[in-house]
Amino acid sequence: MGNVATSQVWEWLDQVPDPEIPVISLVDLGIIRDVGWQEDTLVVTVTPTYSGCPATSIINMDIEAALRGHGIDKLELKRQLSPAWTTDWLSEKGAQKLEVYGIAPPQAAGGPSRCPHCGDNDLEKISQFGSTPCKAHWRCKSCLEPFDYFKCI
Amino acid sequence: MELNDALERFLLRMGDNTLILGHRVSEWCGHAPVLEEDIALANTALDMIGQTQLWLGLACEVQDKGKSADDLAFLRDAWDFRNLLLCELPNGDFGRTMMRQFLFDAWQSVYLPRLSKSSNERVAAIAEKANKEATYHVERSGETVVGLGDGTEESHKRMQQALDYLWPYVGEIFDTDQADDVLAEAGVAVHPSTLKDEYFELINRVLVDATLTVPEDTFAHHGGRTGARHTEHLGHLLTQMQWLQRVYPGASW
Repeated sequence: MGNVATSQVWEWLDQVPDPEIPVISLVDLGIIRDVGWQEDTLVVTVTPTYSGCPATSIINMDIEAALRGHGIDKLELKRQLSPAWTTDWLSEKGAQKLEVYGIAPPQAAGGPSRCPHCGDNDLEKISQFGSTPCKAHWRCKSCLEPFDYFKCI
Repeated sequence: MELNDALERFLLRMGDNTLILGHRVSEWCGHAPVLEEDIALANTALDMIGQTQLWLGLACEVQDKGKSADDLAFLRDAWDFRNLLLCELPNGDFGRTMMRQFLFDAWQSVYLPRLSKSSNERVAAIAEKANKEATYHVERSGETVVGLGDGTEESHKRMQQALDYLWPYVGEIFDTDQADDVLAEAGVAVHPSTLKDEYFELINRVLVDATLTVPEDTFAHHGGRTGARHTEHLGHLLTQMQWLQRVYPGASW
């Protein structure tokens, strides 16, 4: 049997949810940097979001479990630090899913554009850090609900 | 001095700084004045421990003695650590913790962009990654220093006391030795002394905004980055940080 097409592998990886924010996939998150074959070994290149993110090791396990489940038995995971992960790599589809889920997607301006609950733009920052390294904590002054904002880096 | 030896020393310094300060900041977990600050401090600590894994991981590769970053973190004694004295000082109150963080973040935010242009591409990649986190940290710690310094009479007094206490530990940041000369020559890391102007410009701007008085005394304590003389606080920190590996050697999960 020949090697599976890399486009197929990308599709499989797009089914693997982020362990902390399961509404988006690892591909949506932009941390899968490359998929390729080296002879009969599949090499998946992954970049961390934050250097100390505790989800990194879970993510590697999830990738491995998913691909083994699809019959890939020779697999190598490569860590790539540079270029450093940026929220620019978050997919459009991922950004939309985040907002529906209640997390304001990253904005170049450095803060959320509108409340993911009611859509109002009268917002205030509560803390630069939130429930995971990738999020900050904001509140809507219109509906008074707090919400997570996906930090722009 | 050989380039490899200089590189190893540099990597230990970088990794020990973030390890020791990261551990210090993690001591706040569950104790900060409000929940948001607790979470923010824990996240900052986490970033620094992540950076530690990268720096000390590379140090192990350069050493080539079969050690892991965990071995370096948990199985060395006080005299083997190469962190700045600033990083090991006790937390004190929340104000002192944030002032210490700001003085450190400001240094990282000036140093890391230069290191991301290192001739050593592994060093450059770690610095590029860490710089994104440091940029975020300095924004937060700087704003907090201004908020508390230019806050109430009580918070202002405490921030001034924090600055006065920490000031003699700032000078060590710019100390240099032969390893720094070798690395600067090879384009691996800029000379720490070249960071002075930008660093002081940055912190002076924030401290003026915070209505704090920058001490005039230029006396500086030394001995952390050379390992010659740590403060008495480091040993106490290590008893907490390393106890599990000391009691159950080789324990893992």
